[in-house]
Amino acid sequence: MTDHPYLAVGGTTVRAFLPNRWDLVATPLILGALALAFIGVRQMQAPLEVVQQATLSLDPRNLPEYALRTTLRMLAGLVASLVFTFTYATLAAKSRRAGLILIPILDILQSVPILGYISFTVVFFMSLFPGKVLGAELACVFAIFTSQAWNMAFSFYQSLVTVPHDLEEASQAFHFSAWQRFWRLDAPFAMPGLVWNMMMSMSGAWFFVVASEAITVGDKTITLPGIGSYVAMAIDQMDLGAVGWAILAMTIVILIYDQCMFRPLVAWSDKFRFEQTAAQSVPESWLLDLVQKTRFLRKLATPFGTAFRFSLRIRLPVRKVKIEGPVSSRMIDVAWYTIVAAAAAYCVWQVVVFVSAELSWSDLWEVFLLSSATLLRVAVLIVLASLIWVPLGVWIGLRPRWAERIQPLAQFLAAFPANLMFPVAVVLIVRFNLNVDVWVSPLMILGTQWYILFNVIAGASAFPTDLREAASTFHIQGWQWWRTVILPGIFPYFITGAITASGGAWNASIVSEYVKWGDTTLIAHGVGAYIETNTIAGDYPRIVLGIVMLSLFVTVFNRALWRPLYRLSERKLRLD
Amino acid sequence: MNVIEHPNFDAAPLLSCAGVRQCFPKASAGEIVVLNDVDLTLREGEIVGLLGRSGSGKSTLLRIVAGLMPPTGGKVMYCGSPVAGPCSGVAMVFQTFALFPWLTVLENVEAGLEALGVDEVEMRRRALAAIDTIGLDGFESAYPRELSGGMRQRVGFARALVVNPAILLMDEPFSALDVLTAETLRTDFLDLWQEKKLPIKSVLMVTHNIEEAVLMCNRILVFSSNPGRVAAEIKVALPYPRNRFDPAFRTMVDDIYTRMTQRAAPAGQAKSQPGAPSIATSLPPVGTNLMSGLLELLASPHFNGHADLPEIGGRLQLEADELFQIAEALQILGFADLEQGDIRLTPTGRIFADAGLEERKRIFGERLRANVPLAAHIRRVLDERPGHRAPIVRFEPELEDSLSEDAAQETLRTVIHWGRYAELYSYDDEAEVFSLENPSS
Repeated sequence: MTDHPYLAVGGTTVRAFLPNRWDLVATPLILGALALAFIGVRQMQAPLEVVQQATLSLDPRNLPEYALRTTLRMLAGLVASLVFTFTYATLAAKSRRAGLILIPILDILQSVPILGYISFTVVFFMSLFPGKVLGAELACVFAIFTSQAWNMAFSFYQSLVTVPHDLEEASQAFHFSAWQRFWRLDAPFAMPGLVWNMMMSMSGAWFFVVASEAITVGDKTITLPGIGSYVAMAIDQMDLGAVGWAILAMTIVILIYDQCMFRPLVAWSDKFRFEQTAAQSVPESWLLDLVQKTRFLRKLATPFGTAFRFSLRIRLPVRKVKIEGPVSSRMIDVAWYTIVAAAAAYCVWQVVVFVSAELSWSDLWEVFLLSSATLLRVAVLIVLASLIWVPLGVWIGLRPRWAERIQPLAQFLAAFPANLMFPVAVVLIVRFNLNVDVWVSPLMILGTQWYILFNVIAGASAFPTDLREAASTFHIQGWQWWRTVILPGIFPYFITGAITASGGAWNASIVSEYVKWGDTTLIAHGVGAYIETNTIAGDYPRIVLGIVMLSLFVTVFNRALWRPLYRLSERKLRLD
Repeated sequence: MNVIEHPNFDAAPLLSCAGVRQCFPKASAGEIVVLNDVDLTLREGEIVGLLGRSGSGKSTLLRIVAGLMPPTGGKVMYCGSPVAGPCSGVAMVFQTFALFPWLTVLENVEAGLEALGVDEVEMRRRALAAIDTIGLDGFESAYPRELSGGMRQRVGFARALVVNPAILLMDEPFSALDVLTAETLRTDFLDLWQEKKLPIKSVLMVTHNIEEAVLMCNRILVFSSNPGRVAAEIKVALPYPRNRFDPAFRTMVDDIYTRMTQRAAPAGQAKSQPGAPSIATSLPPVGTNLMSGLLELLASPHFNGHADLPEIGGRLQLEADELFQIAEALQILGFADLEQGDIRLTPTGRIFADAGLEERKRIFGERLRANVPLAAHIRRVLDERPGHRAPIVRFEPELEDSLSEDAAQETLRTVIHWGRYAELYSYDDEAEVFSLENPSS
């Protein structure tokens, strides 16, 4: 038995530590990444004056450094989101009473426009680290965090509450500790959904990191070195060439992020798919393959693995949880609800007091009208984008060779921060003297329309061949084919894409209804422009009013339109 | 060649249940009794089977014994102390295997040891030994999705055995496998058990397969439904390995069929409640095609209106439970009678089997209105209402008065299906409304 290949648990030989040829490639890659991270972090601790004095330069040779800073901010935001997800969602899923309050809060947080937070958080974080860049950096990271954390937490929570019952019983019957259960059951089960949501959030986050690197709140202007601030400066100096460089740098950064982070993550998380059958196409990543083939690097990681497994075996003296009687439980519930309701009422009251101190009913009416204008824009744009991308997406999706090539492109375009393209649009609008209210609108959906495209492509690719064949044997063609065959078939996918696109459009309204090019400022009528104008003026009651109204509109729009449509698609039109 | 290992009935029981009762709260007020007053003792050296129809609470009892679910009433003692939560020395094999798909075979087997805090070298040694015993050598690094059902369940066994349990609990361990694989696993398990290669002292298994129970168990507790309780205890003294074609084996199987069909009589007649079946009598989820198929088979010259249930079950490759449900549906509608483990066509059943499609629908509709009060009730409500429409929520509460939510839903689905077939009424699933839009009668 001792010579069994799997018995060599702790046995190590010198050879096991020797690098193999894969190490030779992978080690420099990883060391390089670590070194870059170190440089970036060092710079973040610089005092604030250093940043403000050493003004940015539009020299493209500085762009790699700026790109590095931007990337590190993204990474920091992602780590923060993960920590938040693991704690918040777990708490919400494991404790029924906590869930009662945490989930609605998450729902509200999700509908608050991301750039709405930043005017408040900048002041807060700056006061935490007075005189340091760190405060401003944290505010920026927090903006990234707000754009990622909510839907990651939602996805994780959803997974936790849908863990298969038999696995739950198995982990109970085999005496798993809470810690062991989390890492052996909960986290793995949630992993594919979480990774997918991370990827989606990341796509959105590029937009916000670019938008939040150069911000003006009242009399404070904070500029953090990064691609976003580089573009802001290019806009200020009307340098279209520099904008081009920034777009190029961003493209490269996104491609590297995709190859070095998400491909490996997706390929790795495939192992946690719950389906018990072997998949037809397995996601692959050259980087993951490379690291998995190394010898030296993997050996270096062994102690961490051993420590992790050791932690799973630790038993704490467990206290038996008493099952409480229904009566006392109901009374505690009532008390809990009362406390929560009181706290919520108090918060609402505070907002009302704060806002009403300076504002009147006419302000409310004005913001309502402006929000309606933005709503109209979002609605019209979603319809237009659907009219364009649904037929195209179907056409591509039904041709596997095309779909294979277009799909990564669509995903890339969704990740690309569209605000880098805004200057181009502004130049055009000014040149041709176009109507601002109409022609700024497309900017709102520039970045998010791709979600519609790639979801429709995915839906059309997944459409069962037998149904297509049946349709053609019965000579179902033309409009009838669209109406009875393909549109119902892709509907669930389309809805998913449209929900993401509309959410993104709402968020983008803050930067796209108020655009600049040098001294030219184009301001459209809309709640986004309202928030942005007042942020620059530092008028907090109006910022709050704008954000609350915008959130309200988003929530109502979601509840009244998207949720029923989503339910319908879930119930009636699922093909599996 | 085999010495019969009689379980030692004098030894102190490993595990005992006394007066176990389990209730679940109903959607409306009150509660559904799933298990009532169940006594059970498990002694060293025996395999005990819990045999019963689905819904007889046998799986619930297994979970109570496993400590996964506290009983509403009664006591469960293991090794002299009451069970509160999953106790060590008890391991479980699941119907669905319940393997962690992201762990390899080896890691799955080790998971239970990890939970016991066994150190890494010892854990590896024991896991490999268990894998070896159960015949999984060479599959250590495979993921469950790469394995066939039979291999997966072997992992399930290895995972349970590696923690050296005194009692092994099995929840229909072979029912998700195909017939051949299931038989192989059963025989392998019995061989290991007979050769005393397993650390376990006693086995408690849930099954609804009568032959499986007779093949494996020393003692069979037959459960009856509504509420679940032990209806009979049968000792199986046949020597191992048992032969399915042995006359004594067949007699025992027939005997159990008979006992179980006695309780398969329509709920209204068999139960203590007086009078005819009521609106809230649960209906088995059986489609009209299955019923027609069985009626045609019974009417065929080979059977000539009369068949032995075990025989027809074997011929149709139907689990006893499925067969009972079809038979029960036929009996409710008055197409067949059950007695002594046999099924007999009634004159109506004979006419139905010989009729054409339209005639069949007419007969079915008549029987439905006459024998299923719920269907008649729905039709009556529809006739009375001016618009001839009634939402399903009109009927749900009436059912949930005496059925659990799930049973009520299942019964409604059945009555919708039967009513649609008979064209007694129609049902719009989207609006969740019954109506008289299309029916001919």
